Amino acid sequence: MSLRRLHPQQPKHFAWTADNALWADRQIAKYPPGRQASAVVPLLWRAQEQNGGHVTEPMIALIAQQLGLSRIRVLEIATFYTMFNLKPVGQHLIQVCTTTPCMLRGSADVVAACKKHIHPNPETVSADGKMSWMEVECLGACVNAPLVQVEDDYYEDLDGPKTEALIEALRKGQRPKPGPQGINRLNSAPEGGALTLTGKE
Amino acid sequence: MTKILIDGHEHDLPGELTMLQACEAAGAEIPRFCYHERLSIAGNCRMCLIEVRMGGKPGPKPVASCAQQLKDLPPVKEGQPLHELITNSVTVKKAREGVMEFLLINHPLDCPICDQGGECDLQDQAMAYGHAKFNRFEENKRAVTDKNMGPLVNTIMTRCIHCTRCVRFAAEVAGVDEIGATGRGEDMEITTYLERAVTSEMSGNVIDLCPVGALTSKPYKFNARPWELTKTESVDVMDAVGSAIRVDARGPEVMRILPRTNEDVNEEWISDKTRFACDGLRRQRLDRPYVRRDGKLQPATWAEAFAAIAVRVKATTGARIGALAGDLCAAEEIKALKDLMQALKSPHMDCRQDGSLLGTDSQGNRQARQSYLFNTNIAGIEQADAILLIGTNPRWEAPLINARIRKTWLRNPVRIFRIGPAHDLTYPVDELGANPQILSEIAQGHHAVFQTLKDAKHPMLIVGPQAYARADGAAILALSAQIARETGMIGPEGQWNGFNVLHTAAARVGALDLGFLPGPGGRTTHGMIEAARSGELDVLYLLGTDELPSYDLGQAFVIYQGHHGDRAAHRADVILPGAAYTEKNGTYVNTEGRVQLGRRAIFPPGDAREDWTILRALSEHLGAVLQYDTLEQLRAAMLQDAPHIAHKDLAPANPGADPTIWTRIGEEGAIDGTPLKAAIHDFYLTNAIARASQTMAECSRTYGRGGMTMAAE
Repeated sequence: MSLRRLHPQQPKHFAWTADNALWADRQIAKYPPGRQASAVVPLLWRAQEQNGGHVTEPMIALIAQQLGLSRIRVLEIATFYTMFNLKPVGQHLIQVCTTTPCMLRGSADVVAACKKHIHPNPETVSADGKMSWMEVECLGACVNAPLVQVEDDYYEDLDGPKTEALIEALRKGQRPKPGPQGINRLNSAPEGGALTLTGKE
Repeated sequence: MTKILIDGHEHDLPGELTMLQACEAAGAEIPRFCYHERLSIAGNCRMCLIEVRMGGKPGPKPVASCAQQLKDLPPVKEGQPLHELITNSVTVKKAREGVMEFLLINHPLDCPICDQGGECDLQDQAMAYGHAKFNRFEENKRAVTDKNMGPLVNTIMTRCIHCTRCVRFAAEVAGVDEIGATGRGEDMEITTYLERAVTSEMSGNVIDLCPVGALTSKPYKFNARPWELTKTESVDVMDAVGSAIRVDARGPEVMRILPRTNEDVNEEWISDKTRFACDGLRRQRLDRPYVRRDGKLQPATWAEAFAAIAVRVKATTGARIGALAGDLCAAEEIKALKDLMQALKSPHMDCRQDGSLLGTDSQGNRQARQSYLFNTNIAGIEQADAILLIGTNPRWEAPLINARIRKTWLRNPVRIFRIGPAHDLTYPVDELGANPQILSEIAQGHHAVFQTLKDAKHPMLIVGPQAYARADGAAILALSAQIARETGMIGPEGQWNGFNVLHTAAARVGALDLGFLPGPGGRTTHGMIEAARSGELDVLYLLGTDELPSYDLGQAFVIYQGHHGDRAAHRADVILPGAAYTEKNGTYVNTEGRVQLGRRAIFPPGDAREDWTILRALSEHLGAVLQYDTLEQLRAAMLQDAPHIAHKDLAPANPGADPTIWTRIGEEGAIDGTPLKAAIHDFYLTNAIARASQTMAECSRTYGRGGMTMAAE
């Protein structure tokens, strides 16, 4: 993890879309009076989504004002949680897990594929603007290691070539089926089908 | 009360005490970095670890004593020994050594070039509680980029140990939630929002709070070491609060000013002007007498200056001589000037540069002392439950009083109303508009505020300079006093008194006490300026008056006695160089009526002299010799005019002796409907010392003229 700072180039404005504005009001209403500040994480998350994947300064100012917080408090939260991206990301953000189980199962090859096919540096948008990648801590699906997260989907049981194929497919606008890739198993079940509880008794 | 063993001895202490406070009460010393008495508890430095034995059994691990109260301990079971707090065991010693080692992992070893060196908590505690057995620091240390916090606070963020005292101070005491800790873990950094300057008039206090050298004073950067400095305890004159300060000087220079603790006045904070205006003491100084010859001020000797004055004074009569006293004068020189004027048989004296009528009615009759004091006392604000601000912006006129009001608001349910221009005071205020005519509505009980004040247990009002310095100021004072009477703000003797006048000049209350006011037939400030312009006054003696409404003084012969070549000196015909507040022993009476002594830290520059000695010397040349040769004799003479000056460091309690004094405050009259206007246009440039200070000029530039969070005016 590196220093987390706001990107030097910031847009001038941020405004909720009509739908998100209503959604934000509903989130704020969930909390008892005087505790509206608790809605800061959901609001930041939704704002990041609306903005195409990263948090900006006008967004922080708006949310602070909406929740009656000072802007520095919202900035503290945005810089604390690593799921808030502080600089622009590609259309698809590939989050590569490199924690120990994934590392042992070959996440270095996945990273190498990302470096080769997206950008040599993490957290940098590819030349065509479609992709960026980053290393993340444990994604919690170690049994299917190594894996990457693309938006809300997990692509599991990867290796170098499978990652390359995934990146190429995403680049062409396709959306491969999430889950284990190129291996005959359902979710985290054993390869080739069930090994236990197979009999009738 | 909770019975508890502390290091083997039994103590009976209130359960609300934290373990740290309990150990201190028992005489044990607990090291700490993040804990601070006046801030909320963070519990993140872990330096205050102690061992807790419950019912005779050792606890599972050391406890952060600042974050636990005695009442958090489970009740003692029948037949078991009392719980024990241990501060001197091997476990505690090892725990402290371990914490210290962690704190030092990333702390640079730059003490030799660090401004905090010699007065650094980390340095001291590393000596006392660290261990020197071996060195495990082989990794690289983390480096952190320095942050901009404005023109006053210098940052070397690599030294930061993340105690978050500055963050809590800004959010809690200063009321500007602008400092925070971004990032996490090793990447945590203390910063202001987008590295903007902290928009607080109290920001300098984070320098004192910082236990390491991460936040240090920018103007004082690399200037001196604490052990080179002579420390003199004194009082501040930048406003009428009279904050307790310590003047640190090296040789002939004041290097810095720090706060002293005075629970009744400034707690342990001071404003940025108090702290940083001291470089103004070195610039623009009048260090020799000047006499105007051929239209130009030219250097002269004391004898020449006195002779020039004597010629003009002897050529006229007492009725054609006037004297004005400024905002930074000590009571001593005011008394000396008063005696000199009386010896010259002149009734024309006034200490109210702002043109207000505090202390007298329009006929010139003296009013009771309570009519111009902050009767509630500054510490008394904490009891208030409803406050009416009339024509005052305490944030600029008296930042420490504003901090007290904020503290009250944080702790108690208090309603605060304001009549006057809107300005962010760091707490919510119910605005009643800037038109002072609303006062008569309130006084007659036709306004909802009247009932709120009446229902309150401890209501108070503060009349500020925006109101009393107006032409109709006396009428506003009279109405304010009426509101105070009718809403029950003035209790019986020794009880609550909610009528307050907020002064902005350190000299004012002392001068009013001594009666430096127009005598029978005497002229007021405005009167004297008019008379000088129309030729009715021949000689005008200005004692440090740099804030007069006008310096167009006609053909009058103007004598200026003061320490800075500021506005008045330009108009003067003779300049007598005096001493600034750090250069003389002087008595100052603050807005509460608290008499405090300022002490000399350095000598005045060049030929400048202590002010009362100048007047004493001049009196001989004028043939009206003052009857005192020493400061003691002068102070004894002051007691004849104002006996209470003998009672040092005490604010008067509500005397309540003569209830009729409250009906004689101000004068009834029509109130003009023009809105109240700000009395201070630039917080950083309110007096001659501040105007000569580069640091204050820098602040004024950074925060803009009018500065900071300026509301529409």
